[in-house]
Amino acid sequence: MTIAHEIISYYKVNINREDCRKCKRCINNCSYGVFSFNGEKIVAESDKCVACQRCVVMCPEKAIHISQNESYLPPHGNYTRKIRNIIWAQSGNGGVLLSATGNDRPIRSIFDDLLLDACQVTNPSIDPLRETIETKIFFGRKPKKLEFIVESDDLNDVSLKTKIDPNFEIDMPIMIGHMSLGSISYNACKAIYQAAGELNIVAGSGEGGLYSDFYEYAPNIITEIASGRFGVDINYLNNAAGLEIKIGQGAKPGHGGHLPGEKVSSLIAQTRMIPKGSDALSPYPHHDIYSIEDLAQLIAALKEATRYKVPVGVKIAAVHNSAPIAVGIVRGGADFLTIDGFRGGTGAAPRIIRDHAGIPIELAIAAVDERLKEENLREGVTLIAGGSIRYSADLIKVIALGADVAMCALPVLIAMGCRVCQQCFRGLCSWGIATQQEYLVKRLDINIAKNRIINLFRSWNEELKEVLGAMGIDSVESLRSNRERLRYIGPNPRIADILGVKHAGE
Amino acid sequence: MRWENYTSLPEAFRNQRVFDGCGISGFINIDGTRVSGEKIIDMLCILKERENGLGAGYAAYGIYPKFKDYYAFHFIFDTDAAKLKVLDYLEKYGNIIQSEPIPTNICGDIDKPPITWRVFFEPMRNKNQNSEANIVQIVMEINANINNAFVMSSGKNMGVFKGNGWSYEIANFYKIKEYKAYMWLGHSRFPTNTPGWWGGAHPFNLLNCSVVHNGEITSYGTNRRFLESFGYKCTLFTDTEVIAYLIDLLCRRHKIPTSIAAIALAPPLFNEIEKFNKKSQIIFKNIRATYRSAMLNGPFSIVVGISDPVPTMMGLSDRKKLRPLVVGISEDENTVYMSSEEASFRRLMITNNNFGLKEIWHPKSGTAVIAKFGKGLIKKGLESPLKMNNLSPMEVV
Repeated sequence: MTIAHEIISYYKVNINREDCRKCKRCINNCSYGVFSFNGEKIVAESDKCVACQRCVVMCPEKAIHISQNESYLPPHGNYTRKIRNIIWAQSGNGGVLLSATGNDRPIRSIFDDLLLDACQVTNPSIDPLRETIETKIFFGRKPKKLEFIVESDDLNDVSLKTKIDPNFEIDMPIMIGHMSLGSISYNACKAIYQAAGELNIVAGSGEGGLYSDFYEYAPNIITEIASGRFGVDINYLNNAAGLEIKIGQGAKPGHGGHLPGEKVSSLIAQTRMIPKGSDALSPYPHHDIYSIEDLAQLIAALKEATRYKVPVGVKIAAVHNSAPIAVGIVRGGADFLTIDGFRGGTGAAPRIIRDHAGIPIELAIAAVDERLKEENLREGVTLIAGGSIRYSADLIKVIALGADVAMCALPVLIAMGCRVCQQCFRGLCSWGIATQQEYLVKRLDINIAKNRIINLFRSWNEELKEVLGAMGIDSVESLRSNRERLRYIGPNPRIADILGVKHAGE
Repeated sequence: MRWENYTSLPEAFRNQRVFDGCGISGFINIDGTRVSGEKIIDMLCILKERENGLGAGYAAYGIYPKFKDYYAFHFIFDTDAAKLKVLDYLEKYGNIIQSEPIPTNICGDIDKPPITWRVFFEPMRNKNQNSEANIVQIVMEINANINNAFVMSSGKNMGVFKGNGWSYEIANFYKIKEYKAYMWLGHSRFPTNTPGWWGGAHPFNLLNCSVVHNGEITSYGTNRRFLESFGYKCTLFTDTEVIAYLIDLLCRRHKIPTSIAAIALAPPLFNEIEKFNKKSQIIFKNIRATYRSAMLNGPFSIVVGISDPVPTMMGLSDRKKLRPLVVGISEDENTVYMSSEEASFRRLMITNNNFGLKEIWHPKSGTAVIAKFGKGLIKKGLESPLKMNNLSPMEVV
């Protein structure tokens, strides 16, 4: 039974009556139903507002202004407003609360406590505007060593004896994280895949299948096989640069994907092979994977099905025992391994899991890299780290901590216009990104969105080169796991120990 | 000479990496003629600007023909107790054929000179491991775990002589002129941040491979982790140690020819690789991908000596050529000289009446110069790693 409390809203919608010319554009633009016209003036229901800024931007007179609701709750340092709101919501609705995007608790970021090294005197720095600095990465499994057939000292006569597993090249150490068609719109997906193609990086398909329009972008897409097996058929497997078995996601370790029925339009239903309007809830575990040997069998089956032409990897959420789990996965035959930290994003996840489960990617990637090194498995595998890679600084630091490739998703959405209002699970995204409603999807211009993503990652890659140059490194391979070039300035030296990073000044 | 810090750094400086600028020199006689150390001393000591009296050393190949089938260990000890401990340890793993002091000149009144010692050693046969792996294990164990002892070198029919002092002092101390070798390497140092220690001087050696290095490896952390996953213990906190182990791993354990190992250490840029034909592209890209953590970054020039299977000398600089390397070949093409500066060659012209070089050149950045017994100069360091002219226009995209 729903028993709603009267709760003061987070935001206050202010309309400057002098400037408002009652054009009603705000009513059309607000997908959350904040605005109406009472015959005399525009009326705003502030408690429906999510501060997505659509009305603010679209108002021709710039007459709308969203502010924080100044009405003051009795203050309490422990029972914060957020906690009281959670209790009110649950006592009102009696359910598990949903949330979207990544963990929004103000937990200290370890990335922010790491500083980068630079050259002075004893080694010269390199100017990326004048010298070549390389950022190419090979994605897939590498052999432990190479054997050659050498007929003479002339390298033209050398041939390779070692059998090589499938690898593909990407031009920047960047992967766009898995966001399914369903969680985001057709236009958003298309912009992402086109951008990935033009940049020659790689994008994840998410677990919602691959719509046939997108097959042409397959050389830059890693498709995901999740516990729901949505949209998985042989075309799906054959239209990918790599296959990824999704065991977990940083935002919700231990859970499967959630796509509320509101977002399951006919396009989504067709692509996922499920009924229209039904909730697409992936099982929590894969029901054919209850142990590591089951995972190894699925890896082998996928390789067999695709005739050993593409790398097959596994994604796990960063949890307490990530390191030994990672070792098992690599021994089980995974060609690449993705670790998704606890700040990783989601289109819909129970708030309790999003905010409280998992560990930071900084610690997880350092631990996994270290353990794989100890077992002499590290060089063979491509390691991808995600879970709140917010900007190029995080990308650079996560590579120095041990990742080959940094995976990020929310920055891509923000580049396309997302304002991080955290309402993705409602399917009402007024910017046309996390929605399936035709009239909203149309708002996202594919070409503009694509070019903004391209600009974003080009600038990240330039910044990566600037930092490599300052460090005296001319190829990103020499930054990977190079923890010597990081120093810690945070409050907890134990973290520095786990990261294998010295304290600043040491 | 500094009569202190023989086998380890003072406490306050441990676990800190040493950075230095250096002078490097070397030469090889392709027909195997052994010559005294006079020439290498001339070549090295003229590079005065490149040292500050805090370390120098020499590697000599072919100096123990009488014992050429045994591993020659060169040690430095602080104490007699450490020496006895090491000799006891060695006896557990094989036969000591001969054990004797390395002859030295000590001028003046020194309180506690180092104990320099050499042992010719035959490792016990071990079914599970070849003798080279046994020797590597012994070296790692002594350097990491036996206090007051340090292994300078461990190859057959060769030896490293090094210490803390000016290059001419070290030459005099070890009586370098009295040894005869077919290949010589020399190194003088300008360390920035430590008082210097004897073991930390170059050359660095493991088995038959010795390295002299001028530079700083900015990829040290990556290279070190890579080596650790293959069981190497990097205890000396210098870049050069890492280079010596990388060459050991690639050339001895992975059996990769020197010319390809050089590609792994300083690979061509991708936009150069893309100009090669398809087959070569695949080979070069796989070298880069597989050995991505063996790639050396940062400014360096190195001269490497290897005696097994074929005595070889290799010179290599970084891909941007941020440190100097100059090469010369004698008029009879029997001797290949390498050095940080041409001054080394000019010096030889002054001290040796009949000395002349047929050609002097500066090898290209990131391109190996290789001289081999029997074959002579097989890579000049000026050529592209592959012929480009065998490409059809279609393949060059």
